[in-house]
Amino acid sequence: MKNHVLRPLWLAIAVVAMVLIARVFLVPEDFGVHGESFTYNYYRLSNVQEWKDFPAKYQGRERCARCHDEQSENNAASKHASIQCENCHGPGAGHPKKVKQLAIDGSRELCLRCHQSLPYPSSQRAALPAIDGATHMKKKECRKCHDPHMPDLEDA
Amino acid sequence: MRCSRRDFLKQSAAGVMAAAMPAATFAFLTPAEAKAAVGSPKVRWAFLVDTEKCTGCGLCVQACKTENEIPWDAPVSRTWVERYVVTKDGQTHIDSPNAGRDGFISSEIRGEEIDPEDIEKAFFVPKLCNQCDNPPCVQVCPVGATYKTDDGVVLVDRKWCIGCGYCIMACPYGVRFFHPVVKTAEKCNFCYHRITAGKQAACVQACPFEARRMGDLRDPDDPVTKIITTERVQVLKDEYGTKPHVFYLGLDEKVR
Repeated sequence: MKNHVLRPLWLAIAVVAMVLIARVFLVPEDFGVHGESFTYNYYRLSNVQEWKDFPAKYQGRERCARCHDEQSENNAASKHASIQCENCHGPGAGHPKKVKQLAIDGSRELCLRCHQSLPYPSSQRAALPAIDGATHMKKKECRKCHDPHMPDLEDA
Repeated sequence: MRCSRRDFLKQSAAGVMAAAMPAATFAFLTPAEAKAAVGSPKVRWAFLVDTEKCTGCGLCVQACKTENEIPWDAPVSRTWVERYVVTKDGQTHIDSPNAGRDGFISSEIRGEEIDPEDIEKAFFVPKLCNQCDNPPCVQVCPVGATYKTDDGVVLVDRKWCIGCGYCIMACPYGVRFFHPVVKTAEKCNFCYHRITAGKQAACVQACPFEARRMGDLRDPDDPVTKIITTERVQVLKDEYGTKPHVFYLGLDEKVR
């Protein structure tokens, strides 16, 4: 074969070889097929652990109850029993050591998420006690009259 | 009776093998036990959404955004809640303001006020990643940055993702988006860090109405698995053949 054919061929082979050599150094050892299929299970295995180590923010009401037993008991006896503490009090990660006080959401908008009246008879929303936020005591925070841990005015 | 040396050796070898066989060899396995024994002993996560119970409070979206560090005001979310209002003239009005992050506290839909008299039915539908068995988003990834773990959850390798966006276009459910801070593809991963540590996913924990639940399909005694296997559940866009693993109870035909 003539030189002008061979020269680019050698060059192409050299480029491929360099890519293959670079690959050995750049691709981590745990990168490969981990599972049954190349299509769905071709990945870097250590990434699974990286996701497992992602920090959790929400701790759950059981942890809150360890110290705040009185509030937890009150809430558990009320109609708000199914609501997690952290839905209103904010995520409890780092509390109480790093975060002394959690930022409580006492806004009207939070209560209205469930208690704003919407004309949807076929939805579960209609089964909840509801008001029209635009007319019902519109300047006041709900918690000024209703205790969120004991929401019935009659029981308070 | 004559017994050659060959026969004697053959028969004693068979006798030794029969004696060595444990009683468990003859045990009868139920299909579930057999499957658990042959297949991976790991779990297969599945999600169950009861649309009948959802009230559109959006506490799940609030919890998800906080838990998974998705910027609060960016117009993206790993999970969202859709509102469907079907009017008597046959029209369907759908919206999901801020992904339902702040709940639905106004009856206005896309700037339009609908007369309560005209409403035929109205309901809320939570959506999230379906963790498909045949995830199209994984097929299209050119660098192997997204994959299915052996417990069925599709994850994104943030170090490996080049942000090309193929997966975002490939997902038929519109679940994937570009993370504005990390600058990689992003999606719901069933709160992988929580479920693998024995906790509930943030949205499941935050839901006051048990509209969102999770279970292990490989555990036949799991209450969620029992519902999925014995009750009338539906999945989204079954015709795409993606084998989604988010199952819906009470799904309306208007939901796409």
